[in-house]
Amino acid sequence: MKVGIVGYGSYIPKYRIKVEEIARVWGKDPEPIKRGLMVYEKSVPGPDEDTATISVEAGKNALKRGGIDPRDIGALYIGSESHPYAVKPTSTIVAEALELTPDLTCADLEFACKAGTAGIQICMGLVGSGMIKYGMAIGADTAQGAPGDALEYTAAAGGACYIIGSKRKEIIGEINDTYSFTTDTPDFWRREGRPYPKHGGRFTGEPAYFRHVINAAKGIMERIGTTPEDYDYCVFHQPNGKFYIRVAKYLGFKEEQYRDGLLTPYLGNTYSGAVPLGLSNILDRGKEGDRILAVSYGSGAGSDAFDITLTERIEEVKDRAPKTMDLLRRKEYIDYSVYLKYRRCIRV
Amino acid sequence: MVVRSWRHIKERYCLIGTRCKTCGRIFFPSRNICPYCRRRGELEDYKLSGRGKVYSYSVVHVPPKELEMIAPYVIAIVELEEGPRITTQIDCKPEEVYIGMPVEVVFRRIKEDGEEGIIHYGYKFKPVENQ
Repeated sequence: MKVGIVGYGSYIPKYRIKVEEIARVWGKDPEPIKRGLMVYEKSVPGPDEDTATISVEAGKNALKRGGIDPRDIGALYIGSESHPYAVKPTSTIVAEALELTPDLTCADLEFACKAGTAGIQICMGLVGSGMIKYGMAIGADTAQGAPGDALEYTAAAGGACYIIGSKRKEIIGEINDTYSFTTDTPDFWRREGRPYPKHGGRFTGEPAYFRHVINAAKGIMERIGTTPEDYDYCVFHQPNGKFYIRVAKYLGFKEEQYRDGLLTPYLGNTYSGAVPLGLSNILDRGKEGDRILAVSYGSGAGSDAFDITLTERIEEVKDRAPKTMDLLRRKEYIDYSVYLKYRRCIRV
Repeated sequence: MVVRSWRHIKERYCLIGTRCKTCGRIFFPSRNICPYCRRRGELEDYKLSGRGKVYSYSVVHVPPKELEMIAPYVIAIVELEEGPRITTQIDCKPEEVYIGMPVEVVFRRIKEDGEEGIIHYGYKFKPVENQ
């Protein structure tokens, strides 16, 4: 059975902090950081926002575009590494707020930055097998970076939601195939009870991000017999701008194919939200017949690749909810002290 | 607090109130009895649109302990499209709010029972964009 995207929606908190402001506090020169990471500012969640609230806002936008009855959604998966509770599902909070309850299955997923795309794959299986009518997958994070760590310049907040269905006339993006490449590669982790993740520094590059993204992209293209020229757009996981552009160029993609999927320079790394948000920006701009290659990456490590073709329905739904670029442009800058307060680093 | 919060999930998460089938009046928070129709009234769940206007507001500079993180903040009475007026926080700067400001509902953290307790979620409002 053919399955595809029938609705999508995104959400980005309005607060931003500039790389210059973080560098100022830590006595660093911001220019090499901006050049090295290709990140200039990042989103910061408000003090009353978390993965659950971001997921609800993204989910509301997806339902507006999908135009379906929320009670027909048979499964909800939320991929994140910043679930508000260690034990208690985020997905039940979100399901209740989106009025999907009680006839559905829910679970929270965690696979570093690729848990959102893993949710899409699970929904594809459930919808494709006929077990459920629609499935909802959300990738959202309020990423943690320890004060003073390199991650602090990029760890951001945001998320996007995808509703997967199988009715031909409802599909806006047919998912032609998906392929994953997974190994045990400990490049980034957070132990139980610890507030901030640790990472393997340069080890996060070649054996981790690049190996998995490249193999997943090549793997799916080999499986379906495509080359980079066959795609109008591509989007990859984007821990920073530099890795993204390097992997896109290495695979043979041109700037006009990869630029719309890249949000990190002015958004930061939204972890599980990164590829879902980049893809949503492509859907906002796409037209009938456009073909998209999307490849996520989650440390630990694995990549999920998707080959998607947009249908004529994309034009009909894209204006029903706020576009990702509009959410990115809506911003309010904060300084480092307010940032620390909002990230709950100051205890009162 | 856990049970009290859980009991109001429909109202706080989804803005579901009640409507009297007899007189058509809409209530939020929900009522069990229509105060106008009394025993002739029959109430049913009613989903509010989440759009409205600021009817009145106040800026809180001296908050209760658990809301110190977000002070100063705007507390408003919002008149919903359907008629009911509700007290809520508006997610905007104190200098931005005005009476008549169009607002729409957002889902947010309201408060938490300390570091080990439950997190309470619910509605707040934000200014409608592109007005």
